[in-house]
Amino acid sequence: MTVTDALGLLAMYETAATIRRFEQRAIEQYRLGNIRGYLHPYLGEEAIAVGAIAALEPDDYIVSTHRGHGHAIAKGHDPRRMMAELFGKEDGYCRGRGGSMHVASRSIRNLGANGIVGGGLAIAAGAGMAIKQRGGTEVVVAFCSDGSTANGIWHEAMNLSAIWDLPVIFVLENNQYAVSTPIRDSARVDRLSDRAAAYGMPGVTVDGNDAVVVLEAMTEPLRKARAGEGPSLIECMTFRHGGHHVNDPGLYLPQDELRRWKERDPLIVLRARLTEAGVRDAAIAAVDERVEQVMDEAVDVANASPNPSVEAFLAEVSSQ
Amino acid sequence: MKYREALRAALDEEMGRDERVFCLGEGIGERGGSYKVTEGLITKYGAGRVIDTPLSEAGFVGLGVGAAIAGRRPVVEILFVDFLLLAMDQVINQAAKYHFMSGGEGTVPMVIRTQGGTGNSLAGQHSQSLEALYYHVPGLKVVMPATPADAKGLLTAAIRDEDPVIFIEHKLLYMTDGEVPDGEYVIPLGRADIKRSGSDVTLVAWSHMVLKSLRAAEILAAEGISVEVIDLRTLVPMDVDSILDSVRKTGRLVIAQEAVKRGGVASDVAAIVAERAFDALRAPIIRVAGYNTTIPFNLALEKASVPQVDDIVAGVRTAVGATASARS
Ligand SMILES: Cc1ncc(C[n+]2csc(CCOP(=O)(O)OP(=O)(O)O)c2C)c(N)n1
Ligand SMILES: [Mg+2]
Repeated sequence: MTVTDALGLLAMYETAATIRRFEQRAIEQYRLGNIRGYLHPYLGEEAIAVGAIAALEPDDYIVSTHRGHGHAIAKGHDPRRMMAELFGKEDGYCRGRGGSMHVASRSIRNLGANGIVGGGLAIAAGAGMAIKQRGGTEVVVAFCSDGSTANGIWHEAMNLSAIWDLPVIFVLENNQYAVSTPIRDSARVDRLSDRAAAYGMPGVTVDGNDAVVVLEAMTEPLRKARAGEGPSLIECMTFRHGGHHVNDPGLYLPQDELRRWKERDPLIVLRARLTEAGVRDAAIAAVDERVEQVMDEAVDVANASPNPSVEAFLAEVSSQ
Repeated sequence: MKYREALRAALDEEMGRDERVFCLGEGIGERGGSYKVTEGLITKYGAGRVIDTPLSEAGFVGLGVGAAIAGRRPVVEILFVDFLLLAMDQVINQAAKYHFMSGGEGTVPMVIRTQGGTGNSLAGQHSQSLEALYYHVPGLKVVMPATPADAKGLLTAAIRDEDPVIFIEHKLLYMTDGEVPDGEYVIPLGRADIKRSGSDVTLVAWSHMVLKSLRAAEILAAEGISVEVIDLRTLVPMDVDSILDSVRKTGRLVIAQEAVKRGGVASDVAAIVAERAFDALRAPIIRVAGYNTTIPFNLALEKASVPQVDDIVAGVRTAVGATASARS
């Protein structure tokens, strides 16, 4: 797929719209009481997962975060089974045992979302080591958040990946807040990507609201990783469209800043690119319609799916 | 007063009384913490004493250890006991051992306030009951209050203590209500509390399990079984005498814990009683505990994974020989 290819763009748009509508529908279902626990929407950050994963092959791996629905959908998870997992149902990806923060799939090569911020980063390095030992050419994309860069594991995972030339691409989603704490209160560097130099790997900062920019930023890191030349860091600047999780109104977010970022909504940016590439509005509308249909099905599947059997669970655990 | 307000009252009063006391944690300032325990404290004491940290658990727990050694009295908040695992070296190798290894010269008067347990469908990494890990390590004190009054009195004592204290709250307790004494209120660490007296069975519990145990005792009373509910309140130091006295009176012991059964504090209580009051026992000791499983996300599975009131009732009935118990 080339960047300017209208079909490629349309596919990226469809993924972004799927993530957008999935999150919105999940929030609705949460309000209806069908989903419990923590739910961290990816609203406003869709371009990062879409762009980064559009650059990958199906057998490449990803490691996800607590804000992981977008990564999972972009990597190929079925929104129906995702929604079923959020509902805690048997047909969900984790059979109702993991929920929103723990969606994972071996076949899709999503090593997993994580309830621990930074919890997946060394795991990404480990998958990179496995690829290297097998002599493979796959890569691992380690999605991580600005908050995680304050944690030791972020630094250790970066350094280990660097010293052993592991095929890992750290895609840092800098939405500039960790719950209510702005990144400027957690880091003294203006660009978190400057830290890449400390580990001897390339680091760039790019517009995380433009999926095409993110996709392009993957090119050189992918080449290096597949050639055995080690890891890279891509910092993608973005902003949440709402609170930290579904029950956080996010009132601490500066409203003018939020408005500016919403003007550059990843879906608006992608639509503009589609128009520029000569894709007609009708074609975009057709995608939107298809996405809506999948979402209706997702909610139906999640509703219809059985709850996991308590008896079976007890039989499983009472012998342990 | 609510449990979370009682905790806040203890922090507020101790910060007012002792300028060395300061709070450290994620989102505890303007935001007031995830469970709103520190709400308003930053207005009163300023950002120099109510400090928002980055997500650097090992770093700021260790910083707390250092500040404590150097004469301050840090109260470090870790949002979930599950995240305290990121700081295990600082807790176990550093804080716990410093006093002993310095020949008794150094002290680490620090409190780590954290929160655990099931109840909100938060799945495997946000629902654990990990007190046994800290209970196991010499040099740490472990406090787990069940009521607002105990929360205030024990947090005050913990802040004044010269040793590192792991103070574990329960996510289902923050909104519970109860009478709390006004003004200075200190409950010495290491004293259990008989939350209900009885004569047929001793039921030992702590934290949220105390509430479930009291409900179980109520149900059993209607059946003519008189249950004595002992709230340990502090696991280390443990008030062994109160347990032994009660067991000598009732001749039966049930221990209810939310944590997984294997290697839990309940096992240790059982062992202590077996060693020291075997002669008083008229029935086998029963542990009503969580299954040895990761906590599931699905609410029905989550509930099934940890003891509910009915399980405690069944455990007590078994102890008095009424019926067989599914869980024990
Ligand atoms: C190690 C750890 N510390 C704290 C938390 C609680 N927590 C969950 S998300 C979050 C904020 C994360 O901010 P950031 O890393 O920037 O990710 P974002 O939510 O912005 O995507 C916090 C403090 C956690 N889950 N894990
Ligand atoms: Mg962030």
